[in-house]
Amino acid sequence: MISLAGRDILHAWGKFIFTGVGLGLLIGVTLTMAGVYRGMVDDGKVLLDASGADLWVVQKDTLGPYAESSSLPDDLWRGIRGMPGVAQAANVTYLTMQVGQGQRDVRAMVVGITAGGPGDPGWPPQLVAGRQITRGHYEAVADLASGFRLGDELKIRRNHYRVVGLTRRMVSSGGDPMVFIPLKDAQEAQFLKDNDAILMQRRRTEANPAFNRPGVPGLLEAVIATQTSNSSVNAVLVRAQPGFAPAQVAEPIRRWKRLTVYDRPQMEGIVLGKLIATSAKQIGMFLVILALVSAAIVAFIIYTLTMDKIREIAVLKLIGTRNRTIAGMILQQALVLGLIGFVVGKISATFAAPIFPKYVLLVPEDSIAGFFALMAICVLASGVAIRMALKVDPAEAIG
Amino acid sequence: MIGMGGQGIRIEGLSKRYGSGDTAVLALKDVNMQVAPGEVVGLIGPSGSGKSTLLKCLGAVIDPTAGRMTLGDELIYDNGWKVRDLRALRRDKIGFVFQAPYLIPFLDVTDNVALLPMLAGVPNDEARKRALDLLTALDVQHRAQAMPAQLSGGEQQRVAIARGLVNRPPVILADEPTAPLDSQRAMAVVRILGDMARKYETAIIVVTHDEKIIPTFKRIYHIRDGVTHEEVGEGRALD
Repeated sequence: MISLAGRDILHAWGKFIFTGVGLGLLIGVTLTMAGVYRGMVDDGKVLLDASGADLWVVQKDTLGPYAESSSLPDDLWRGIRGMPGVAQAANVTYLTMQVGQGQRDVRAMVVGITAGGPGDPGWPPQLVAGRQITRGHYEAVADLASGFRLGDELKIRRNHYRVVGLTRRMVSSGGDPMVFIPLKDAQEAQFLKDNDAILMQRRRTEANPAFNRPGVPGLLEAVIATQTSNSSVNAVLVRAQPGFAPAQVAEPIRRWKRLTVYDRPQMEGIVLGKLIATSAKQIGMFLVILALVSAAIVAFIIYTLTMDKIREIAVLKLIGTRNRTIAGMILQQALVLGLIGFVVGKISATFAAPIFPKYVLLVPEDSIAGFFALMAICVLASGVAIRMALKVDPAEAIG
Repeated sequence: MIGMGGQGIRIEGLSKRYGSGDTAVLALKDVNMQVAPGEVVGLIGPSGSGKSTLLKCLGAVIDPTAGRMTLGDELIYDNGWKVRDLRALRRDKIGFVFQAPYLIPFLDVTDNVALLPMLAGVPNDEARKRALDLLTALDVQHRAQAMPAQLSGGEQQRVAIARGLVNRPPVILADEPTAPLDSQRAMAVVRILGDMARKYETAIIVVTHDEKIIPTFKRIYHIRDGVTHEEVGEGRALD
């Protein structure tokens, strides 16, 4: 038996190809949206991987340092370092801000890291060019996604930093590239004010009789000094000693230091469940809408193609063609259309992904799921046309 | 002889009623007709006379309300009883030739004709061979690989006749087969139908309004208000 669907497709191949390409672009958008979601999840995991920590010690009852602000004294790490099972403890600050370079600026997550070396918590694990930070001030390691190059001079608040090293795929959960600078610089940057604001604050403090008491020398200077310095960090990153489970190390810190401690699964839950949850739902809604639009388009196209063949279908039925042969013809055409759409969509998504400003991660599982979902959509969408074709009265061929 | 005409087609006391109660319409009333194998008869009548209803009953597309119909050696309808698989009956025992050829536009000429035996389970090669034999008999073998849109009206109608004959049915129903054709081509189609009827021992019923071809029938059934009257035609020989 000849393939009626195949012959019809070959006969009207231009119509099928162009329709398939149109559908394919829609599928490409769908696959790319799924890739955007995967990229966000991956960015979140990269953020946690990059910290090199087993535990995140943050301000009590907060979801810091990524989902909420958290503030801890910067000397707390010493006490944590002495807790059982702690191999390393390091302060860290995170601040998402505009980092300037010449006339342009880039949105970046500025990470303040303590003096130490590669492999310490908070430090970038590996570089693709240059070296790690070796000086206490004004050196930076930037991610390639920021567009900065070795030797570039960056401006963070009022201070200038030279890029000495470059990383790859070191980004925040929002996809902003990371810029690592020394902790002291980062602490200063968090609260650094412009000169006018500092002067006005000093005047206000001087005018306050509680801070400017006659006969108490040095009080005013001390108050002003505390107002213009920052001794807080966002979190203490902890690495557990071999043989100690992170949960086992976390419990005494919670109990004795009265702080909140998250281990890796908990922090993943926060990053994925809180930080990107809304975006994930948004993308999920888009995927549902795109799936519905795809289904409507396939249904409309197959319906139109079938409508164009009503007389031929009536003739086929009159001359004894089985209903299942006619249904099979329509179904095969819908599946071929879906197949063309999937191939075009996959190719377009693959080529478009690197152009997107945010990381788009196309995983084979999504493509496979997308393929089967599209085939299911095509089967369902062809239902309307099949139903209509089966209702055609063979008598219509006679007139 | 490859035909399987048997008794051709015979209908006795056939009637068809649409609707029920006060709104019932009796479209066919006690129609009797017999067409022998190898014979071509005309069926003529004005619009609304019941021609289309009779054709649909003969084509096993709608069921008659009463009466008997025999096709070849097989009883098809008998006062409410009917054969189970009308679709297979239409495929194997009835050939259709329409006013417009209604060829499948995405199949070439050979496959348009070969499709019917293929649907009946005949192997593709055998079906195509059978189609080519018929196309040769109808003198369109040179267009065997062409698509329907590439054929002239006359060629399309000959291909449609080949499709009607390919499963060697005992009866062919031709509905206004010459309507879209000029006189010369119309006569050619009638001649072909006559030749094919004789060659394959097929009973052919031609529904027509075409004054040019009516004199060519030896027997004519007139239908008016659902009642048929048989009359002897001129049976004029075709040049």
